[in-house]
Amino acid sequence: MQEGARTELLRILGEQGFRDDQESRITHSYDGTPMLQALPDAVVYPVDTAQVSAIMKVLARHRIPVVGRGSGTNLCGGTVPLEGGVVMVMHRMNRILEVDLDNLTATVQPGLITKDFIAHVEGLGLFYPPDPSSMAISTIGGNIAECSGGLRGLKYGTTKDYVLGLEAVLPSGEIIRTGGKLMKDVAGYDLTKLLVGSEGTLAIVTEATLKLIPPPAAKKTMLAMYADLYDAARTVSRIIERRIIPATLEFLDNPTIRVVDAYAGLGLPLDMAAILLIEQDGPPELVERDIGQIEAICREERAVRVQVAESAEEAQKLLTARRSAFTALARLRPTTILEDATVPRSKIADMVLEINRIAAKHAVNICTFGHAGDGNLHPTATTDARDQDEIHRVEAAFAEIFEASIRLGGTITGEHGVGVVKAPYLEWKVGAAGIEVMRAIKSSFDPHNLLNPGKVFAKETRKRVVIDRG
Amino acid sequence: MAESTLEKRGARTAVNGPEAGLTKLNPLADKLKLRLDEDQLTNCMRCGFCLPACPTFRETGIEAESPRGRIALMKAVADGLMDPDEAFETQMNHCLGCRACEPACPADVKYGQLIEQARDAIEDHTTSHRWWVKTVRSVMFKQVFPKQRNMRLLGGALQLYQRTGLARLARGAGAMKLLPRHLADMEAIMPAASRTGVVDRIGEHVPARGPRIAKVGLFRGCLMDVLFTETNVKTAELLATAGFEVVIPPAQNCCGALHAHSGEAEGARALARRNIRAFREAGVDYIVSNAGGCGAALVEYDHLLHEDVQWREDAAWFAQRVIDVSELLMRSGRVTELLAVGLPETRDAAQAASSEAGSRASAPPVADGDPRAGAVAGGTPIAAAACAPAAETITYQDSCHLRNVMRSAEAPRRLLQQVAGTCYTEMCESDRCCGSAGIYNLTQPEMAGDILAHKMEHANRTGAGVILTSNPGCLLQMKLGVKRHGRDAEVTHVVDYLHRRLRIQEAPRRG
Repeated sequence: MQEGARTELLRILGEQGFRDDQESRITHSYDGTPMLQALPDAVVYPVDTAQVSAIMKVLARHRIPVVGRGSGTNLCGGTVPLEGGVVMVMHRMNRILEVDLDNLTATVQPGLITKDFIAHVEGLGLFYPPDPSSMAISTIGGNIAECSGGLRGLKYGTTKDYVLGLEAVLPSGEIIRTGGKLMKDVAGYDLTKLLVGSEGTLAIVTEATLKLIPPPAAKKTMLAMYADLYDAARTVSRIIERRIIPATLEFLDNPTIRVVDAYAGLGLPLDMAAILLIEQDGPPELVERDIGQIEAICREERAVRVQVAESAEEAQKLLTARRSAFTALARLRPTTILEDATVPRSKIADMVLEINRIAAKHAVNICTFGHAGDGNLHPTATTDARDQDEIHRVEAAFAEIFEASIRLGGTITGEHGVGVVKAPYLEWKVGAAGIEVMRAIKSSFDPHNLLNPGKVFAKETRKRVVIDRG
Repeated sequence: MAESTLEKRGARTAVNGPEAGLTKLNPLADKLKLRLDEDQLTNCMRCGFCLPACPTFRETGIEAESPRGRIALMKAVADGLMDPDEAFETQMNHCLGCRACEPACPADVKYGQLIEQARDAIEDHTTSHRWWVKTVRSVMFKQVFPKQRNMRLLGGALQLYQRTGLARLARGAGAMKLLPRHLADMEAIMPAASRTGVVDRIGEHVPARGPRIAKVGLFRGCLMDVLFTETNVKTAELLATAGFEVVIPPAQNCCGALHAHSGEAEGARALARRNIRAFREAGVDYIVSNAGGCGAALVEYDHLLHEDVQWREDAAWFAQRVIDVSELLMRSGRVTELLAVGLPETRDAAQAASSEAGSRASAPPVADGDPRAGAVAGGTPIAAAACAPAAETITYQDSCHLRNVMRSAEAPRRLLQQVAGTCYTEMCESDRCCGSAGIYNLTQPEMAGDILAHKMEHANRTGAGVILTSNPGCLLQMKLGVKRHGRDAEVTHVVDYLHRRLRIQEAPRRG
């Protein structure tokens, strides 16, 4: 890093807040995305908005790129500093500034750990639904940048549905405030929603006002087990068709069941082709009624066994085990590449079949699990980064999965973000004109392309493989 | 090698910076490349699930202080992206080795093996040890721990120091002020050393009381048998009461845990072979440990000797039989029956407690007020217990290695919950390291001190008069905690406590 910029940053941050030693650079060169690594030139740890603003001014003057980072658990390469520069770690800005019990809102700093926040508001008798699988370590700021989903997205929506207002620092160092403790606000373009899911390419979020809701009075969790994959997938569409919206409706195929059980030791049925993990919450009568109806639908769709969790503790264990699925698949092969192609909910069974067909065609092993209830599947290739040939086949298979997803009316990513890994496919979903609009938005926020460069927009779009299937 | 791992879906991403393509000669880098298990390094897919489990990450919030960060550093060295410098060495030594990251890892990365491999390579090359550290290490690792006779001599010397008034003299003369505070504190809480070990006290053989369930070999430990001889004696007596025939093979020696954790793998292997021979010759059904740290080392002898063709099979035989004393007592059932019935004088208190429980059905939850309690505590959820006024409140601090390596977290808790006339209260974050971590509290006093301070906040909030542990290191550390930050609480080993509550008849003792 240029000596001038280094001195200025050190002056703002002190020894505690600025590091450019080998150890810090290596340990901020990756995130949860496989096979992706790039070293930053320095790592900074701001403590407040004023510091963030001052840092941004220095970086803008010296034209140094900056990547905001929470805990680095994202799966799209969102926090890998592809073009070097500075990684800005938000961990020291991790306070809950206020929980407003009159308005049912919370105002927090971005470095706050999601699970700590959820536990805190639950202690006050309130509920914050977004619960990405990494929530034990992910940060609210990271969730906002990626618009994280989770297991409760089906009924409660995702992060974007709970962000009411933001304070953010622009690349120029200017501080903007959007939205507020407001349930209605149409004053101009909705910059709040624009920043949520912008993957750190538009501004650095320094404060967020979040919506809280009353918690459900009761909940019940059940497992439905299937000898046939398609039956399980079809059940998902049937449940929605019958106008039941469960809080959680998760799908796990056989290899996923096996690795999850190897990790969590829950005694899951290892001989089943697939299981559905279903949770309903709400008033007790409604929960009873829905669970009864769901059970009946599962049986109609040839579930071999249906089992309702006996205690809250057992239910919690099942959900926690499900959250480990992605990493647990690494037990099979060292490298796991997962995607989150998402389709309309009615198409979930078709998508499961497509994934299996494509995997067979390219001779790659793809396990599938995911938030089936929102049409959001996580086909995961278990492979080995050291086997170049296989990696190429995995790549080809995923390109085809994206294509299939779009053909079914879906998208290339439901909740993980575009980052660097899906950038070459973005145009398939949004079209050339869509990309142009997005680029224009990017340059109006960040004219010098300093915020998380190399993300969202690809240098080149992948050629779309259109398969004529009659 | 580095480049190939960086290829991502057709788009090559080069690592920027001057480190790429490192060519400088660094013997430590070569040694690390050789020692580190490449598969384990690759298996870490950097999901970050280990971060909340790691005590040093939680204290600092710095990625490099986490298992994911440390593995990334190791991998960077193995990939030639980074030169292992002094900071690297410091970071590897900063890890407590508590291994809480292993049960947290869905991918089943063997972090414990990686950190030991890294330390082993570092130990061969380090230049940072001062001459006296080298001398002390050499004497302790080569002459004292491995040789029980020398261990005894050390015990004798310590006893002499403690008994002759030399200790008082030293303290009075202010000699302790010459030592760093953590060493002086340690000296003050050190239990009375003993010149005689468990075999000298009760012989090599204790018959089962009542019908014999199985024959077990007691692993007495090196330090354990000098500083906690009485616990060893009581372990044998408890086991005999539970229906086990106990033998104590005299040829056994130190488990080698401290060697392995400190990068002395060869020394650890030599000790392992001698232990395997001693217990194999004794023909036991189980090898019982009463120290989580030792047990964890013993249970991994199969891994330690997996490359040793001659010993591989015997090591597997040995590892399969290793079990913690609490686990075995639970399985026998006899002790739990005794505990549940209680002794005549404790039975009344127990009845009082249960009738009290009935009248206060909605007792407050046991976890204290920490907002993270429910979120991250891995401690076994225990139903809220209502305490009778007369009941003794007790709590349990996990031994990390017993919990994370031997995976015995339930057994000690279940046993303690069954002691009539007591009130078991779960401590918030009881599953987290206390900062003892072998000799970590001596080598990294600052971090160990911070961790201990937090630990004691939780311990104090339980209101327990007795804090129980399953490992000598944790026991001393918790004592230190009570001395520095605590309420007036007794710290004792689970075995000693159960023995006391059961008033077990003592075996005939010699001398």
